[in-house]
Amino acid sequence: MKARVFVTLKPSVFDPQGHTIAEALHSLGYGAVGDVRQGKYFELDLDVASTGEAEKLAAEVADRVLANPVIESFRIELSDTASAEAGQ
Amino acid sequence: MTFAVVVFPGSNCDHDAHYAVERVLGQQARFIWHKETSLDGADVVILPGGFSHGDYLRTGAIARFSPIMAAVMAFAEAGGPVLGVCNGFQILLECGLLPGAMIRNRDLKFHCEIVGARVDQTDTPFTRACTVGQVLRLPIAHGEGNYFAPEATLDELERTNRVVFRYATGAGQTTDEANPNGSLRSIAGICNEARNVVGLMPHPERACQPVLGSGDGLVVLESVVKALADGGSVRVASS
Repeated sequence: MKARVFVTLKPSVFDPQGHTIAEALHSLGYGAVGDVRQGKYFELDLDVASTGEAEKLAAEVADRVLANPVIESFRIELSDTASAEAGQ
Repeated sequence: MTFAVVVFPGSNCDHDAHYAVERVLGQQARFIWHKETSLDGADVVILPGGFSHGDYLRTGAIARFSPIMAAVMAFAEAGGPVLGVCNGFQILLECGLLPGAMIRNRDLKFHCEIVGARVDQTDTPFTRACTVGQVLRLPIAHGEGNYFAPEATLDELERTNRVVFRYATGAGQTTDEANPNGSLRSIAGICNEARNVVGLMPHPERACQPVLGSGDGLVVLESVVKALADGGSVRVASS
């Protein structure tokens, strides 16, 4: 089982990196790009039997280590490793 | 009096702290590797500056799980004085001994300069020998020192007088120009509820002799010696 964890700064937290990237894009003429928020992306290989266990484990790891709940929130996507590999 | 200086992989102000304690302050200092599990009866703990674990994931995020941190947490909870400087402050935030978090400096630049740090509270073991409003000239060297906490936390810090240091001009004004990194409410350092754990971004240990550009930081270390000698509100924990 694979878990993808997306960590982003909470909307209330200023993101100086995202802001700088947005400014750069605007100076390149990409006026249609509004705000940019930068985040982090993790791929976890999980040795668990069920989707429920995967969800629980990924959420615990994300909450305890991958994200700092003071400033960040996270989102998890699960995929079955076998079917993901078959699809490649 | 023995100071434990915890050494993480990537600490780089551990020797500065050791030097300041032994050579300038005249007290005993001992390095404690992060894999250790005991503070060996130290009276004061310093989490030094640096880039523990390469700042991977987030500053201080990996160091907080080092084996020694259980002993540091227990020491802090028993009332022992703990000082976190720069990366040490970031570790204290990550492990939850202090509230809030650090984000990138607002201009994305690494700031390496001497700033004014105004002492707002003198009833902590690390500011006891200071006077309220005293501005210390201390070096900073960080890319992520932009202090953030939710409004409610900031209000709580103010209400309980736990903002110990603020970035300020030489005259003690907290202007936007005097704030090097965008920290909310110009916060440069805070303490926990029991007031025995203090974290700050500026480096007092690197400013303990005039030849180093400033001797203003020595008072922070002298404070804890005074606090421990006085007994007072600081309990000496053993571990």
